[in-house]
Amino acid sequence: MSFPESLHAAYDVIVIGAGPAGLAAAATTAEAGLRTLLVDENSAPGGQIYRAITTSPLKNSSILGKDYEAGNDLVHTFEKSGADRLAGCTVWSLDRERVVGLSCGGEARLIKAERVIIATGAMERPFPIPGWTLPGVMTIGAGQTLLKSSGLIPSGRLALAGQGPLLWLYAAQILRAGGHIAAIFDTTPLANYISAALHLPGFIFSPYWTKGLGLIREVKRAVKIVTGVTRLEAQGKNKLQTLVWEAGSRTGSIDLDVLMLHQGVVPHVNLAMAAGIKHEWDAIQLCFRPVLDESGNSSIKGIMIAGDGAGIGGAESAAERGRLAAIDTVANLRPDALAQIPSRDNVRNRLAQTMRGRAFLDHLYRPSKVFRIPQDASTIVCRCEEITAGEIRASIAIGATGPNQLKAYRRTGMGPCQGRLCSLTVTELMADERGKSPEEIGYYRLRSPVKPISLAELASIPQDETAIKAVVRG
Amino acid sequence: MFKRATNHQEPAVQITVDGLPVTARRGDTVSAAILTAGCVEPYRYTAVNGTPRAPYCMMGVCFDCLVTIDGIGNRQGCLIPVSDGMVITRQNGKREIES
Repeated sequence: MSFPESLHAAYDVIVIGAGPAGLAAAATTAEAGLRTLLVDENSAPGGQIYRAITTSPLKNSSILGKDYEAGNDLVHTFEKSGADRLAGCTVWSLDRERVVGLSCGGEARLIKAERVIIATGAMERPFPIPGWTLPGVMTIGAGQTLLKSSGLIPSGRLALAGQGPLLWLYAAQILRAGGHIAAIFDTTPLANYISAALHLPGFIFSPYWTKGLGLIREVKRAVKIVTGVTRLEAQGKNKLQTLVWEAGSRTGSIDLDVLMLHQGVVPHVNLAMAAGIKHEWDAIQLCFRPVLDESGNSSIKGIMIAGDGAGIGGAESAAERGRLAAIDTVANLRPDALAQIPSRDNVRNRLAQTMRGRAFLDHLYRPSKVFRIPQDASTIVCRCEEITAGEIRASIAIGATGPNQLKAYRRTGMGPCQGRLCSLTVTELMADERGKSPEEIGYYRLRSPVKPISLAELASIPQDETAIKAVVRG
Repeated sequence: MFKRATNHQEPAVQITVDGLPVTARRGDTVSAAILTAGCVEPYRYTAVNGTPRAPYCMMGVCFDCLVTIDGIGNRQGCLIPVSDGMVITRQNGKREIES
């Protein structure tokens, strides 16, 4: 796959990410006649939530469920809209002038847009327990990706640990697909049930209520559940062999081949932060999120953020937030076309409906401190550079003040993942150790390229005569 | 580590992993194919301490799925679909300078 001949040199709108927010945003701007390009890293549209919606070998919706099928409508609407799409294409940079650096099939291009809508969605919150780097330990999202795109289920003994709606959904899907789950270790702090109860009324009137209870019942009939889990440790020589657990005063261990972890999702901020967009700490969702206006405009003119990358709201709200960003874009670039697309008020109303029940979920599934800030000194925090919590605490003791200083001490966040899997842990650990707020401690200073790009790819960017003259001698 | 849940209708795709023939299915990513093949464990060894690793996130975030594909190193195996004749080499620890 490389860049098609039909690719334009500039676009009215570039949308980054083909999940629900990106598909809805790109379809809406294209319907209004704006020249739109949707770029996505994966080979098929859908993002994570609707991953492989057009290609999944699980044709029968009885395994993945009806909610997954909603992705079909988004893809069909997008395909009819006339927007261009680049699949299997990586965005490695975005600057204040809205120039997007793309890499596709070993070549790179810089393409400018009047508007950029970032729809890079969410990633799973780091779950740093002792032994989480052993082969055999992976995220529940990873397991679900393998199920959706390749129809794969774990072989051998499987346990799930953690909390959140995805845990129960994946457990049900595995059971429906003929898989077996030895046990589920529920880490939801018991105190959360009390703080969440205040938000129960909104939740009862949301669709999550019946769906969620149904899923949990379906899973509990078939799987042993350990609740109130307070410590997890994966053990094994060269791969996972045993999970040791504590739940208050109860303890136990279980032999396993696969352990899947999950404690919610957080905005995937790397591209937005590298572009220089202002972010703030969200004390409820315990993550950094971009500072945005109601439509999704960021602190940089012409760059918007929609979907879970703007703050976690779920798939349905992501699509509505994609449409809101698109409507604002059309209002600015082609106001006479506003009549052809859904009205802002309608979309706002639907968005409000999809957000009902969210506060309950945010409070119920707020992860416990012991699973966010590793207590064991030997727990790896930075998976790439293999730096432990103990080593980070030792660096703080001799003067490291924040994540960026810590790089000079330990190289944390400087490996291939560029801090994606350690940044929240490092920020929270340093805040806790130094008695400051995560906002004061801050985040890694991220820079482009946000994804690896080879020199050969960079050299393939077409240059004009002025650029060549600037560097060629003689 | 994984097996197929359904009777697959998707056509087979032939690849090699460290020279061993592996039959994948259309729609598999390189990482999915290796995790299902079972004949190649561990998935890789890290460049820092040489410890065994396998893909953790499967969505392009963790970079624990890095492999060499058709001679190009450090590719994210979880994002790249298999294609017939693909030659995959595991990355075992840090690279050495060849004399």
